[in-house]
Amino acid sequence: MIQLKNLSREFQVGNQVVHALDAIDLSISQGDYVSIMGVSGCGKTTLLNILGLLDTPSSGDYILSGINTSEMNDDEMANIRSTKIGFIFQSFHLIPRLTAAENVEIPMILAGHSQKMRAEKVAKALARVNLTDRSDHRPEQLSGGERQRVAIARSIVMEPEVLLADEPTGNLDSTSGSEIVELIEELNQGGLTLILVTHDKEIGKRSNRVIRLLDGKIIFNQTQQGI
Amino acid sequence: MKFSDLLFLAFSSLIRYPLRTMMLLIATSIGVMAVILLTAVGEGARDYITSEFRDLGTNLIIVIPGKHETSGGGGPADFAGLAPRDLTVEDAISLRQIDTIKAIAPIVLGEMPASFGGFERDVPVIGTTPEFLRVRRWEMREGDFLPGVTLDRSPPVCAIGKEVEKELFGTSRAIGQWLRVGDRRCRVTGIIDSDGRAIGIDVQKIVVMPVSLVTALFNRPSLFRIIAEAESRIYMDQIKKDIIRIIKKRHQGKEDITVVRQDTVMASFDNIFNVLTMALASIASISLFVAGILIMNVMLVAVSQRQSEIGLLKAIGAKNRQISNLFLTEAILLSGSGAILGLILGHSITLSLKTIFPTYNFLPPTWASVVSLFVALICGALFGLIPARRAAKLDPVIALSGEK
Ligand SMILES: Nc1ncnc2c1ncn2[C@@H]1O[C@H](COP(=O)(O)OP(=O)(O)OP(=O)(O)O)[C@@H](O)[C@H]1O
Ligand SMILES: [Mg+2]
Repeated sequence: MIQLKNLSREFQVGNQVVHALDAIDLSISQGDYVSIMGVSGCGKTTLLNILGLLDTPSSGDYILSGINTSEMNDDEMANIRSTKIGFIFQSFHLIPRLTAAENVEIPMILAGHSQKMRAEKVAKALARVNLTDRSDHRPEQLSGGERQRVAIARSIVMEPEVLLADEPTGNLDSTSGSEIVELIEELNQGGLTLILVTHDKEIGKRSNRVIRLLDGKIIFNQTQQGI
Repeated sequence: MKFSDLLFLAFSSLIRYPLRTMMLLIATSIGVMAVILLTAVGEGARDYITSEFRDLGTNLIIVIPGKHETSGGGGPADFAGLAPRDLTVEDAISLRQIDTIKAIAPIVLGEMPASFGGFERDVPVIGTTPEFLRVRRWEMREGDFLPGVTLDRSPPVCAIGKEVEKELFGTSRAIGQWLRVGDRRCRVTGIIDSDGRAIGIDVQKIVVMPVSLVTALFNRPSLFRIIAEAESRIYMDQIKKDIIRIIKKRHQGKEDITVVRQDTVMASFDNIFNVLTMALASIASISLFVAGILIMNVMLVAVSQRQSEIGLLKAIGAKNRQISNLFLTEAILLSGSGAILGLILGHSITLSLKTIFPTYNFLPPTWASVVSLFVALICGALFGLIPARRAAKLDPVIALSGEK
């Protein structure tokens, strides 16, 4: 479902050109569990941003579900982000003034869904991450792991096809970190395509496929036997 | 995104930053309040001046001693009262030859001590004829206004205001009593029921006497003015010309009077005060613009403070338009509630001013409330546009990586 063809992303920094991604070829199929690894600055976040349509490549093609994304305008990309893609970040990115339930509700609000449908799906998503009893709490009243679970609930409430996670355990202790990983792996087993940026070799080993980047190039791309 | 959700999101961020919100609310409300207060003062001034003329009967022509160069249309300068040559009772009598004039009421003004029994007080004295009652549309509570009085007949009678009656006569019956005014005596024939003001004087405090008696009392022949009532509106311009011609002939060919129609005076006062009120309103609107600029600056700061939130919203599917609508709604919500606060403040202050200064009217015009509300909303929208655009244009990657 995801196909990258000779894709590059360059940044102009002063009079220097940084090749954050350099002629990447990659295809990921539906339901895959891919971990992206590599040293700091190798281009992992940049790759994830391009996959999530937050960033656009300098050259090359990104074909998503058969559509070349370079032909999309801003609104079409926003639509895809809304309906097909879920994001999870290292720093959670919850809106502090809103409760857990309201944070989860935002993607549905933006999509213009009805109150009734929203209440239903928000409750379902919060139940999925085991936070039903915390739905009225604000982010500052939640632990790091709970915050990330709220963020996961928010990412799945629109029932996307792909979940993009950028070091989701980076700010968490190992116990809550592994809870989060188990949770998103369960989601993957439910059919969600999971693309996970991580520094953690253990997590890397559990994925079906490891992609290793160095200086914007794929240096390792291997499917491994299941968990 | 539904409108109610937009409001909810905008509102939630407004209460998240209470200090900022309060500050902007105050700024906007001061602007709106200023518009309400200043226009209330302007309208109050208009009412104060024009009520004088509004209470008069219709088809009136007013003759004022003195000629003013600007008097073509009859501006307020005509009432400055600079009298180079006397206008006399004889002048008033001479106007009888104009047969389209229905009634002539000369006016003499002054102040004299009036006494009855042991009580004495200084009272404003008006000398006139019975026609004055109709011209002013006064009502009598009791008795007759000035029975038997004409321009050339001055029996010693007088009518008094309610307060004069109460203070000099107390509970005893005033009608038929002899009231001493200055060195004259006159019989009280009537009590005036009206209150309010006439020629700037409180009606309840006055003593009205026959015109010639008052000119003799003050030992001064000059009239304050002459009010003539036309048979019909259509004669008014002709009467004006005739009056000027007749008085000019009597005053050795000098045109030393000013003749104005009451309706044109009203109209020109209305114009002057419209201009005044508009000027006050536009001065006050400047503060609304200042508030608008303040909103813009604070919203710009908010956009950079909330970068990561904007990045996140984009990541979870917000369109650029939705982001800009969100910030725009915040700005309009701010300016709108500030405006409503300002309306409440402005109107309650004018109400309390009214109770503190009952003689002066504070009349906040309805249009001022409507206009200031709209101007505030438009300011909010216009000045909110730039921050909203900036938020919408933010690169989500940079916004997300900015801070946590
Ligand atoms: N907006 C930008 N402007 C300029 N250079 C950028 C920008 N974003 C990324 N880069 C550069 O591109 C390269 C890849 O960055 P990226 O954030 O993708 O790395 P990363 O693999 O996610 O690193 P980390 O593990 O530290 O998160 C880096 O050299 C970085 O400096
Ligand atoms: Mg990164």
